[in-house]
Amino acid sequence: MDALNALVALTNFVIVPAVAYGSQLALGALGVTLVYGILRFSNFAHGDTMAFGAMIVVLVTWGLQGAGVSIDPLPTALLAIPFGILGTIVLVLITDRLVYRFYRAQKAKPVILVIVSMGVMFIMNGIVRFIIGPGDQRFADGERFIVSARDFKEWSGLAEPLAIRTTQGITVVTAVIVVALLFWFLGRTRTGKSMRAYSDNEDLALLSGINPERVVMVTWIIVAALATIAGTLYGLDKSFKPFVYFQLLLPIFASAIVGGLGNPLGAIAGGYLIAFAEVAITYPLKKVLGYLLPESLAPDGLVQLLSTDYKFAVSFVILLIVLLFKPTGLFDGRAH
Amino acid sequence: MSDGLRNSLLFGAVALLIVGAGVIQGANTALLIVNMGLISAIMAIGVNLQWGFAGLFNIGVMGFVALGGLAAVLIAMPPTTEAWAAGGLGVIVALLLGAATVVLAVLVRLRMPKGPLRLLAMLVILIGGFFLYRSVFDPATSAVEAVNPAGTGYLGGLGLPVIIGWPVGGLLAAGAAWLVGKTALGLRSDYLAIATLGIAEITISVLKNEDWLARGVKNVVGLPRPVPYEVDLQASEGFVQAAADFGMDPVIASALVVKLAYAALFTAVLVVVLVGAQLALKSPWGRMMRAIRDNETAAEAMGKDVTRRHLQIFVLGSAVVGVAGAMMTTLDAQLTPGTYQPLRFTFLIWVMVIVGGSGNNFGSVLGGFLIWFLWVEVEPMGHVLMSLVTSGMADDSAIKANLLDSAAHMRMLTMGLVLLLVLRFFPRGLIPEK
Repeated sequence: MDALNALVALTNFVIVPAVAYGSQLALGALGVTLVYGILRFSNFAHGDTMAFGAMIVVLVTWGLQGAGVSIDPLPTALLAIPFGILGTIVLVLITDRLVYRFYRAQKAKPVILVIVSMGVMFIMNGIVRFIIGPGDQRFADGERFIVSARDFKEWSGLAEPLAIRTTQGITVVTAVIVVALLFWFLGRTRTGKSMRAYSDNEDLALLSGINPERVVMVTWIIVAALATIAGTLYGLDKSFKPFVYFQLLLPIFASAIVGGLGNPLGAIAGGYLIAFAEVAITYPLKKVLGYLLPESLAPDGLVQLLSTDYKFAVSFVILLIVLLFKPTGLFDGRAH
Repeated sequence: MSDGLRNSLLFGAVALLIVGAGVIQGANTALLIVNMGLISAIMAIGVNLQWGFAGLFNIGVMGFVALGGLAAVLIAMPPTTEAWAAGGLGVIVALLLGAATVVLAVLVRLRMPKGPLRLLAMLVILIGGFFLYRSVFDPATSAVEAVNPAGTGYLGGLGLPVIIGWPVGGLLAAGAAWLVGKTALGLRSDYLAIATLGIAEITISVLKNEDWLARGVKNVVGLPRPVPYEVDLQASEGFVQAAADFGMDPVIASALVVKLAYAALFTAVLVVVLVGAQLALKSPWGRMMRAIRDNETAAEAMGKDVTRRHLQIFVLGSAVVGVAGAMMTTLDAQLTPGTYQPLRFTFLIWVMVIVGGSGNNFGSVLGGFLIWFLWVEVEPMGHVLMSLVTSGMADDSAIKANLLDSAAHMRMLTMGLVLLLVLRFFPRGLIPEK
């Protein structure tokens, strides 16, 4: 019984939140890794692209809620996501046309593009604050829990509760669907294959008649969709606040690099690795150990390895270790 | 037009902008801009050393600024003797234990033959050391933080003059930069960027959470000043008399004099840093740096130790940034970890360097003043603009309220726009590298 209780406590406080957070990170890292693979630079504006997409979703959600549209028990935001994706596609395509294309034609060094993306980051950040303000926005509605703590206790008769929020469930389901679609697209369709070819060897791809501008456009469209979905899911799960998306950059980049920049599979693995490490190391394990160890050995402290405020440090240390010992990432990325 | 004339005109134009702000908004505002402009210029020179001279992409500027600020606090604030008695020894022992653990682990890695045994030994040392460290550290810090938490609750500083904190801030930042550089400098530029970004975030979270060190988010306020206080000036008869001779109100005069005194101190530091950077740029060492930047492989083939030179200049540039960080904390007379944001303390400095002209020290100084001026003045200008735009709308219109509120966020847009425009049309900046 104690082992079961420990397992439930671990699931409730570590596994469920980490899976949801990891899915959000994986979607964000996929966007970063695609830009890196095709356009060959680290896009620092990605966090703010996520914020922009999520912002449109929030605005449309408010509109829908105001009009009385509802898909209870699911959150209305799901209906608004397509609008967010469309808006973000328009934004990134305009950005590419006005900003990035010039440097691409010049074959500018990647580091110049990174600095350019810093400028884009400032502007997107400004636009988001301009439209919706810097504050916290709530837009989640619908049923709050799939499994509520009380129901689970009654059903199982265990001392430990287990709660799964709707947003966590939706996050995971959406992430699985999106990733499946993405891999189907990259592996099975003509356009997807041309993207992979372009990413693997640009010159060879050009020789075989692949239109680079088209590849780049499709990439931005996919990145916009991924960013919007990741941003919305994160906003639903926690709350929407423009500044938070900038701070997500570090774990997102850590996920992409740990998995191997440019490798989509690596981005997903990296996302979950970072999320599990962050949650597990900053969660006080007292309860779990209390069930598992005999009473005499039960810990008196919280057994929290690091306080939650140091979660950046966790992703950073993992990043550093991987970079030092396997610089191309766990799954070989194309960065050498 | 010769370069010298063109540059003088550019500096003159920025000076005119600041004087203009002084005429419209008062001399006090103009001096505030000048003081922060001086500090920004020093930070920009530091970043220019790394990026302009050596092509190192450091976006962890914020962390080094904060470390400089920490040094100012640790040097200038009076020590909290009670807290030292309660847990000072424990904290020091714990920190030494932590350092010993890391050193031991590194030694094991260097000395033992490669294999699973070495990995095991390292893991045992690191994990065991961590718990040992926590078992000493946790009670000591809680004891320190329990001492008068509303007023002090930290170990305090050394109670020395705050100016000593400036070079110490440089040293602290240099030490951190050495550690970062040792681990991350071999990496590609993107990775170095992420690594420095991470270090900066971690530095800030340490400052926010380690209350025993500098009170965390409770902030350290009331740092001693290197210049006289306004009230003391107003109380001194000689000063009041002198102010009256100039026909000025003593209250206003005292505020101006204090700011001028800061400006004189900061100018002195800026001149030292600028002269040093110029001499370095023109020396064989500076030429070697640029050679390495332009072609690492060729420089390495010529027998230059690229990694060591990179580490050297990374440490130097970070030290300059650290000094500027300590100066800023001195000017504010407080350390507020919650206000350190990467957009303001990392990316804004980058905009200064790029706009001024990377690789040119005078460009960094110009960029520092110009961009700081814009950062401060865009908001009021935005308000004026928005009032004009919305003047035709009804007073209760929601759009009008939103537009007026959002003027505050114009800075981000402007900075991004300035950066993109300069990169596109003047990629070498306002004062290009020669």
